[in-house]
Amino acid sequence: MSNVKYLILRRVSQITLLVLYFGANAYGWKMLAGTMSSSSVLEKIPLSDPFAVLQMLAAGAVLTFDVILGAMIIALFYGIIGGRAFCSWVCPVNMVTDAANWLRRKLYMDKIERKVWMSRNIRYYMIILALVVSFVSGLAAFEIISPITILNRGVIFGFGAGAGLLVAIFLFDLFVLKNGWCGHICPLGGVHSIIGKYSLIRVKHNSDNCTLCMKCKEVCPEVQVLDMIGKRSEFVVKQECTNCGRCVDVCNDDALGFSIRNYLKQ
Amino acid sequence: MNDTIKKPQISERRKFFTNIAHNAGLGVMGGLLWAGYADKAKGSTLTLRPPGALKEEDFLSACIKCGLCAEACVNRPSNISKLTGKPRPGTLKMAKAKDDVTIGTPFFVAADIPCYMCEDIPCVPVCPTGALDLASLTNKNNELDFRLMDMGIAVVDPNSCIAFWGIQCDACYRACPLMDEAIKLEYDRNERTGKHAFLKPIIVMDICTGCGLCEKACVTEKPAIFIQPREIALGKPGDHYVKGWDSKDEQRAVSQEAKDVTTKTERSEKGAADYLNEGVDFE
Ligand code: SF4
Ligand code: SF4
Ligand code: SF4
Ligand code: SF4
Ligand code: SF4
Repeated sequence: MSNVKYLILRRVSQITLLVLYFGANAYGWKMLAGTMSSSSVLEKIPLSDPFAVLQMLAAGAVLTFDVILGAMIIALFYGIIGGRAFCSWVCPVNMVTDAANWLRRKLYMDKIERKVWMSRNIRYYMIILALVVSFVSGLAAFEIISPITILNRGVIFGFGAGAGLLVAIFLFDLFVLKNGWCGHICPLGGVHSIIGKYSLIRVKHNSDNCTLCMKCKEVCPEVQVLDMIGKRSEFVVKQECTNCGRCVDVCNDDALGFSIRNYLKQ
Repeated sequence: MNDTIKKPQISERRKFFTNIAHNAGLGVMGGLLWAGYADKAKGSTLTLRPPGALKEEDFLSACIKCGLCAEACVNRPSNISKLTGKPRPGTLKMAKAKDDVTIGTPFFVAADIPCYMCEDIPCVPVCPTGALDLASLTNKNNELDFRLMDMGIAVVDPNSCIAFWGIQCDACYRACPLMDEAIKLEYDRNERTGKHAFLKPIIVMDICTGCGLCEKACVTEKPAIFIQPREIALGKPGDHYVKGWDSKDEQRAVSQEAKDVTTKTERSEKGAADYLNEGVDFE
């Protein structure tokens, strides 16, 4: 049971948020209304997706106080505390790609795979591209293709033809590339990686306890961040770690755990 | 024939530049595809937006697609059915992939569910981005005023409107929240029968808000009165034509003249009487 603790907590978090969003439309709840692009908490506190706001700026919109404040609250929260936790604790697409990844392991897909290689930095180029296209077209460019908002809105307002994109991402991750979307392409994941680079909550590795079973590397969606396993006792500091805690869950030897980075001591 | 085919060797330096070219090429290709799609994603120009929406182009860049307007519309107290205690379907829909409206933006289809022109306009103050502009719906006394709404304009097709045939119908007239202001009934003699009157619905362009209640109420198979965005339905006389009997309209022309008329030709240097008479010998 303990080896799914964070997994369960994350699913509870992701699903609770979707239920709140759904209820805001269906029953008029005030707790969390809107979508992940921009929400309002108890009709008072605005929250906005910083990437969407950047794209709007590039597209030539005049930003209001509310969206700037909302984007700052989100950026500060993840920047100081959560790291890239949006991806593993909030984003609903994570459930889709995790499912693809799980099925992949069950089907031994990694064993038969033809090698497809893609740079994990594509997401950062995608950010730039999204801003350029927003500027040229006058339309927040990622927001018109974002599977995150398509899924989010689908749950709240009903799904349309856009749901096909989610299926496509599932199949891509399952058959083409392990962690293809979230680990390589999604620019929102890239934005949250950058925002969360210096966050306080991080996974810490204790290599003295490590028995080199490599279970953590099997489950980690961003394996490259675990390059210290069995070698050095240190924090997982690479920005792409999503703070999902899967590695902590599967480690039976107490060699991985969440901890708070102490900048003063370093 | 044992010679292995030699691959041409390339230097590190060349590799570096080739890599850059490769990535840049992919980027440009992706960007072009993406921008092409973005252009298409702007959707139909016939889209009706919520009250207070900015001009379409500005609206598209400003709306963050949060859906707060649609949620406010469906959950407004006046939309809760007294029979079931549940909300009826709301006016505002959030566009899906096949709607021919930019995905995730709010719009409405008047013939399905028109805008009821709520007095408190709940859909607008919740908008965090100003894509729905509160100021545009606020009157001089600093109050929200639904009369300032401007989603579109009603257009009557006189060929299919049965009132224009002489059959009595005032469904649209009565459905209008601004009855006798936005739609007026024009009385006309029916020459065919000689003893009846036409009661033709006429839209007063400045007052109609484009709410669509008339379109919804229209009795013909396909509504003979329907809402179009103003940019589509209205013409523009330009500055050459001025209502000389209307001092306001004259002002429009005067202020335009001050701004626009900069053309200077050889002819315009002289007065009209001079150049028209040029070369004419008055004896
Ligand atoms: S990478 Fe993108 S899609 Fe994946 S979890 Fe993060 S934000 Fe969501
Ligand atoms: S290092 Fe651990 S917490 Fe970070 S992404 Fe990998 S599995 Fe998740
Ligand atoms: S004014 Fe129209 S769009 Fe706004 S809440 Fe009322 S019915 Fe809905
Ligand atoms: S509330 Fe404003 S930003 Fe949100 S969907 Fe409606 S128009 Fe767009
Ligand atoms: S759209 Fe029709 S019902 Fe609404 S204000 Fe105009 S004329 Fe009246």
